[in-house]
Amino acid sequence: MSPATLMSTATLNAVQPDRERPLPLPPSVTPYRGLAPTQLGMLAFLASEAALFCTLIVVYLSYLKVDQNGPTPAVLSLSLVIATTVCLLASSITVHLAVKSLHSGEHLSFIRWWAATIVLGIVFLLGTAFEWRELIVRHDLTISRNLFGTTYFTLIGFHALHLTGGIVAMLAVLGLTISRLLSTKSRASAELISWYWHFVDAVWVVVFSVVYLAGR
Amino acid sequence: MATVVRELELMPTAEPAHARSILSGWLTTVDHKQIGILYVVMAVCFLIIGGCEALVIRCQLFWPHSQLVAPDAFNGLFTMHGTTMVFFVGMPILIGIGNYLVPLMIGARDMAFPRLNALGFWATLFGGMLVYFSFATGGAPALGWFAYAPLTEHTFARGPATDLWALGLVVSGIGTTTAGINFIATILGMRAPGMTLRKIPFFTWTILWTAVQIVIAMPPLTAILVMILLDRNLGAHFFDVQNGGSALLWQHLFWFFGHPEVYILILPVFGMISEIIPVFSRKVLFGYEFMAAATAAIAFISLGVWAHHMFAVGLSRPEGLFFAVTSLLVSIPTGIKFFNWLATMYGGRISFASPMLFACGFLSMFLIGGLTGIMLAVVPFNFQLTDSYFVVGHFHWVLIGGTLFGTFAGIHYWYPKVTGRMLSERLARWQFCLLYIGFILTFGPMHIAGILGMPRRIYTYEAGLGWEIWNQLSTIGAIIQAPSFAIFAYNLIASLWKGKPAGDNPWDAWTLEWATTSPPPSYNFETIPTVHSRRPLWDLKHPDDPDWQYE
Amino acid sequence: MELLLLAQVQDDMCMFRPASPPAESIRDLSILVLAITGLIFLIVEAVLVYCIIRFRRGAAGSEPPQFYGSKPIEIAWTAAPALIVFLLVLVTARTLWEVNVQPPEPREGDGALFVTVIGHQWWWEYQYEYYNGQKLGFATSNELHVPVDDAQLPRPVYLKLKSADVCHSFWVPKLAGKTDLIPGRTNHIWFQSKEPGVYLGQCAEYCGTQHAKMLIRVVAEPNMDFEKWLANEQRPAVEDPAAQKGKAALLAQSCINCHTIRFPDSPAKGTFGPDLTHLMSRTSLASGILRNTPQTLHDWVADPQKHKPGCLMPAFSVNEHDRALMVGYLSTLR
Repeated sequence: MSPATLMSTATLNAVQPDRERPLPLPPSVTPYRGLAPTQLGMLAFLASEAALFCTLIVVYLSYLKVDQNGPTPAVLSLSLVIATTVCLLASSITVHLAVKSLHSGEHLSFIRWWAATIVLGIVFLLGTAFEWRELIVRHDLTISRNLFGTTYFTLIGFHALHLTGGIVAMLAVLGLTISRLLSTKSRASAELISWYWHFVDAVWVVVFSVVYLAGR
Repeated sequence: MATVVRELELMPTAEPAHARSILSGWLTTVDHKQIGILYVVMAVCFLIIGGCEALVIRCQLFWPHSQLVAPDAFNGLFTMHGTTMVFFVGMPILIGIGNYLVPLMIGARDMAFPRLNALGFWATLFGGMLVYFSFATGGAPALGWFAYAPLTEHTFARGPATDLWALGLVVSGIGTTTAGINFIATILGMRAPGMTLRKIPFFTWTILWTAVQIVIAMPPLTAILVMILLDRNLGAHFFDVQNGGSALLWQHLFWFFGHPEVYILILPVFGMISEIIPVFSRKVLFGYEFMAAATAAIAFISLGVWAHHMFAVGLSRPEGLFFAVTSLLVSIPTGIKFFNWLATMYGGRISFASPMLFACGFLSMFLIGGLTGIMLAVVPFNFQLTDSYFVVGHFHWVLIGGTLFGTFAGIHYWYPKVTGRMLSERLARWQFCLLYIGFILTFGPMHIAGILGMPRRIYTYEAGLGWEIWNQLSTIGAIIQAPSFAIFAYNLIASLWKGKPAGDNPWDAWTLEWATTSPPPSYNFETIPTVHSRRPLWDLKHPDDPDWQYE
Repeated sequence: MELLLLAQVQDDMCMFRPASPPAESIRDLSILVLAITGLIFLIVEAVLVYCIIRFRRGAAGSEPPQFYGSKPIEIAWTAAPALIVFLLVLVTARTLWEVNVQPPEPREGDGALFVTVIGHQWWWEYQYEYYNGQKLGFATSNELHVPVDDAQLPRPVYLKLKSADVCHSFWVPKLAGKTDLIPGRTNHIWFQSKEPGVYLGQCAEYCGTQHAKMLIRVVAEPNMDFEKWLANEQRPAVEDPAAQKGKAALLAQSCINCHTIRFPDSPAKGTFGPDLTHLMSRTSLASGILRNTPQTLHDWVADPQKHKPGCLMPAFSVNEHDRALMVGYLSTLR
């Protein structure tokens, strides 16, 4: 029985000194072994983000093939996007390796893998920017051109925005690590950011399948 | 390397020095108790503003063809009244009460993310100010609080009011979502030793499910509001029907948010009532497990009922029937809760201090609101009742008879804990009587007006249809209700000085928040207690007959 | 409260005085639902009041016996509501299937009227398509004439609902439940008038500034009168020689950009506003808010914004003389 429980019994006994029967003893208390509050917070946040992206995807699907004129998903360049997707998927692997290095205390290795993740993320964003330039300039597809333009730029744009947010967070962690301000607390935040990164990746897998595979 | 510091356990007592202004203390606080108070104070201010908007509406509708208010001014008034009451009164007041109580109830020192908590409050307030700024830019948005497309498109709503409305709700929506995240992390991760999820106070359980609803339902609203902003400002076509956009898609997505929203507005109230009725009946809550399961069932089912707000849009018969079935189903767990409350009272020793007075007001009124909801779920009946004053009567009945009465019960119950003073019972009884009578007189006749064919959201009506008397009764009821809010506000403020000192546990209640001082110190508890049952203080008072033997 | 509802209902738009089969089905279902919910209310409220009175605390005493719960009781009061819900689902389904029917195709001799309703901000356009299998092809506004059932033949009316701008809702409570008009979508509603009369209704989906003044008048008349009305509506506009100057004055104004007046080579072919070809066959103006008399017609044309502020018909600055001529011409359009 834990000391805390014994103490409370003693207190109880002290309060009722003239009882004949001994007072009932409470059951033992098992310590909390669940996720930390910060981890729960990140998961709840990711749930809200999932709801957001579900809405955007539902809207995209609702408007697929509704357009009578203007560019259709056929104008999307599969080869470029496959390349950027590979970068993003690779970045999930690198961020996983980074967190692993962090847990095993390999400081330099963490910095390398973390930086690699950031670079791959930036490459993805550059690829998206290039793709958008092609679509806008060559194919005359803008957010106001037709429903495809509206839903495409909104969905891909929201994803890119979230990716950018992740990159900014990662840069902050990178800066703190390099300037040796990293503490055990930041170890936890690095792991949480990696969860976010995996989530944004998973969202991309769905978006990619819906927009570039199923929808074309 | 810096040493790891577990912030929460060793937070220093933040006693503000007298030199530092009290105001800057409040402006920069991250203490859940102060943030809770800020939320509630903000909500009460918006309640008064929204109430004034309602009074003008009722005055305009007193006579047919009244010219008190111009058409679009009226349309802006009912839009702002609805938006204010839902987003800047209902949700904030419940989030505020939850913020104050949840850490205390689970034996924690603060919420999981104190700074995020503060951000949530200020975002909500800023969002409200953005929405209200529309009055200064040519008039409030005249869209109705659910803003059906394509009324929100630039073609039909030319001024900046719609943009301010959408942007304000995006900002406050982000604040609300962070509150939901905070509650989930706190309740799941920071409970006192021994407090398993099956032993948390019922209010905490309902806040947990409210937070789940918030996290699932708010983001779709944020998404569609951003879509409106894109439509209006970047030429997107989401709800631009002339270019292939869908008006119906807005309705589906809005109500997918909108229905869980009303459960967000009532679940915490169910929790508060479930704390109050046991204490004032001197009996444990009957059927905690079934109540808990019913709450979870309500949370799940409510995600599948949204189209009952849209029965008249031309749904197919199977679609209509599906949503009728889910809407009727959700009444079963709600009924279970009701019967459990009655069973708690049965065989008890009931005292009618103000919290219990309001709780009984809640019970008697929410029953009716729930029953008119059942009427509305019956699709063919809905074809006549929807978009009429019957619906206005119904939702005000559940929101005022339910949410507001329950919230008043909660505020009267916990005010002594928050301030260390008792509220005036005399003023509370005046408030209750005026509110109860005024509320029934305001919203009862609306059900009849709806059955007589009066649609909603009309700035005037024809004479000779038999609607005048019901409108006049409603207005008189509103005038009777109005002073009750003034009495409430006065009671809240005056009791800070004139209220009887409360002590730690004036109601002889059993949950952990009553184990601290009134008001609690900034660190909540000197030592985090270990609990063994749902009523830790009952266990301390009755060591021979503790709850954990029976749970 | 239920008793209050049933005792006090009266009047022209009351859903409990139906005049058409779908409204009757709804009324019958509603009474059943009111009875069930009324009974639940009485029982539960009675238990509440009983508890409040019987278990009031007297002098302070010891805590009463603590009951933590009872599985059999919980199951009982889950099963009972579940049964009620099951019953309600069944009756809902039955009436829903009765009330919500897809319109048939027009057939020779079916006695059925097919009209396409187009909702505008803030008036109703009625395009008459078929009656009794015969193709029609004219449009009128704001007043919907329909035939009444007679002994030989039921005469159902099938409305196709569309919108030219925002969401509206067609609601004439005594004839049927409401159905929305959603832009980009076609909905259907049907009713049958059993008694001649004027049935009132109103737009029931907030559609902007003048949503409150988008009234509906359904004029149900015996078949002979209805066919007379149809024949008149199909004729082109009356050519009154005395009103030629007024006609010229009107056709020179921008009125013709929004309104249609049907006669050979008419320049007035606008569809933004109501069709005026047989304006004087209507008893009301401005979607039901004004009586159609010479004076009100004149006032309306002079300043629509005064009667319906925010409506989309501007007040043209026509001089008094020309306006009198124009209104004089309009008054001949029977």
